[in-house]
Amino acid sequence: MSLTITEKILRKHCPEKNISPGQFIEAEIDLIMVHEQLGGRIHEEYEKLEIDYVWDPNKIFFILDHWVPAPTINAAKMHQDCIKFAQKFKFVHNMGMNKGICHQVLPEMGFARPGMLIVGSDSHTTTYGAFNCLSTGIGATDVSVVFATGKLWFRVPESFKIILNNTLHKAVMSKDFILTMIGEMSTKGAIYKALEFHGSGSKWLSIDSRMTIANMVVEAGAKFGVFLPDDKLKNWLKKRTILPYDFITPDEKAEYEKEYEFDLSEITPVVAKPSNPGNVVVVEEIQGEEIDQAFLGSCTNGRLEDLRIAAKILKGKKIDSKTRLIVTPASREIYMDAMSEGLIEIFLKAGAIVTHSTCGACIGGHLGVLGPDERCVSSTNRNFIGRMGDPSSEIFLASPATVAASALKGKITDPRDYL
Amino acid sequence: MKEILGYAYVLGDDINTDDIVPSFTLTMRDANEMANHALEYIDPNFAERASKDLIIVAGHNFGTGSSREEAVNVFKILGIKAIIAKSFSRIYFRNLINNGMMSIICDWDENIISNDDELEISIEKGKIYNQTKDIVFEFTKLPSFLKDIIESGGILNQLKHKIKSD
Repeated sequence: MSLTITEKILRKHCPEKNISPGQFIEAEIDLIMVHEQLGGRIHEEYEKLEIDYVWDPNKIFFILDHWVPAPTINAAKMHQDCIKFAQKFKFVHNMGMNKGICHQVLPEMGFARPGMLIVGSDSHTTTYGAFNCLSTGIGATDVSVVFATGKLWFRVPESFKIILNNTLHKAVMSKDFILTMIGEMSTKGAIYKALEFHGSGSKWLSIDSRMTIANMVVEAGAKFGVFLPDDKLKNWLKKRTILPYDFITPDEKAEYEKEYEFDLSEITPVVAKPSNPGNVVVVEEIQGEEIDQAFLGSCTNGRLEDLRIAAKILKGKKIDSKTRLIVTPASREIYMDAMSEGLIEIFLKAGAIVTHSTCGACIGGHLGVLGPDERCVSSTNRNFIGRMGDPSSEIFLASPATVAASALKGKITDPRDYL
Repeated sequence: MKEILGYAYVLGDDINTDDIVPSFTLTMRDANEMANHALEYIDPNFAERASKDLIIVAGHNFGTGSSREEAVNVFKILGIKAIIAKSFSRIYFRNLINNGMMSIICDWDENIISNDDELEISIEKGKIYNQTKDIVFEFTKLPSFLKDIIESGGILNQLKHKIKSD
């Protein structure tokens, strides 16, 4: 029987010997990530079970990242509830609130390894697919089920084969590719599907770039977005973990419901206009649109490679006087690396506001909330109505390069003019 | 399972979780207060309208976006009877089922359902009777695995029962 990566990993985690798309299985979970949702609905849901244990406190990764440090009294209370729960159930991997955004910190600390099945209380949990594992987001009730049993029901998804050829041009980023793909497939194009990234093009992509792609597969509706393993991944993992793992590759005759092929050398900078991530146009079509804020950060694009390209564009220049540029590195490690590389100084000299690592601005929580009618070009993942602030504000999703170039002009700008 | 009765509340495609519960409400301590903001960016009077028995009838990709289960809970608090959609976003669909909310996938169009139509859903038969338009149409029944979860009143009820009997 020929299997995709998704089918192989799911089979490894359930009692069934043969599995196929459409089948319902109960799979054993290797790791669960939880953030502030723990103090939201999760602790309330868990109480309903009336049990005083969790299945394995060593397989829970707990971090506070959405509202850190607390911008409101209610957020502070939420944190207190989270911390109380984590202490009560003796969570081993309690990351606190000073390390950064969950989807960056978890892999940085070596918790995402090939072949694993990881779930998290956040839709962008798909990010870890960059590490050749299966990972996906779940709600509070599912989290409670995993806490109690270590298992979860899954419908085995059909897989799409996404073949990437050639390489991206220098001012074009993996964000431009994933937005292009979502534009082509639409936001409902991959509902419940597993996307498997193949092709020589994916080998050229850095781990940072792969994380951006895996992060946003959920915007096309996908359940998983998984990359094939290679030496680049092996080298990355060498620095992050000493635990053993096996690479998972698909069988040659694995069956895919659909196949898509992309020539990365043909991808150009794009922007997703309000208020749907699938509303994608090439940057030329929209350049010149005035903006009030440019945001660089988030679990999608707050990594070192993102900060580096932005710094290259901003070095020795000043941003437009009417525009705010907010830079939020995705983790403290990235923040510190960016500092030692001199990137933070470049941002500050250009007139940017640099914040600590948090999901803050992306969810309209704090540190970059948009006012009425304001417009923001953002390296984040969702441009829904009111996502970053007032419901009349507008979000244009773009790559870090486009965000930086746009901050200089105060208008949506083609980054190829600067690189 | 008994039949479900209610008035159609029609929505379009890609209604996302930020539409259903805006992010700024997520730190609210009172779930009822949060529910008062449900869908307010789309319809400022939605919470009020929900005082009569509503069945949400949505387009494709309903519930796309975040994993926030508040987006299901607010509908439960407001007493929404069922949700019909052409397709659901994955996490949202799980959250509905896990919380015992009747979720129906049906490729409807405006000829068969419009706003305020009185609907009668028969889960057993896989049929919806539109009393206002006097037409009957079918939907694909849920797999029994999912139907069992809904009929238990949600997956935690099922699990609690299992833990107690073990």
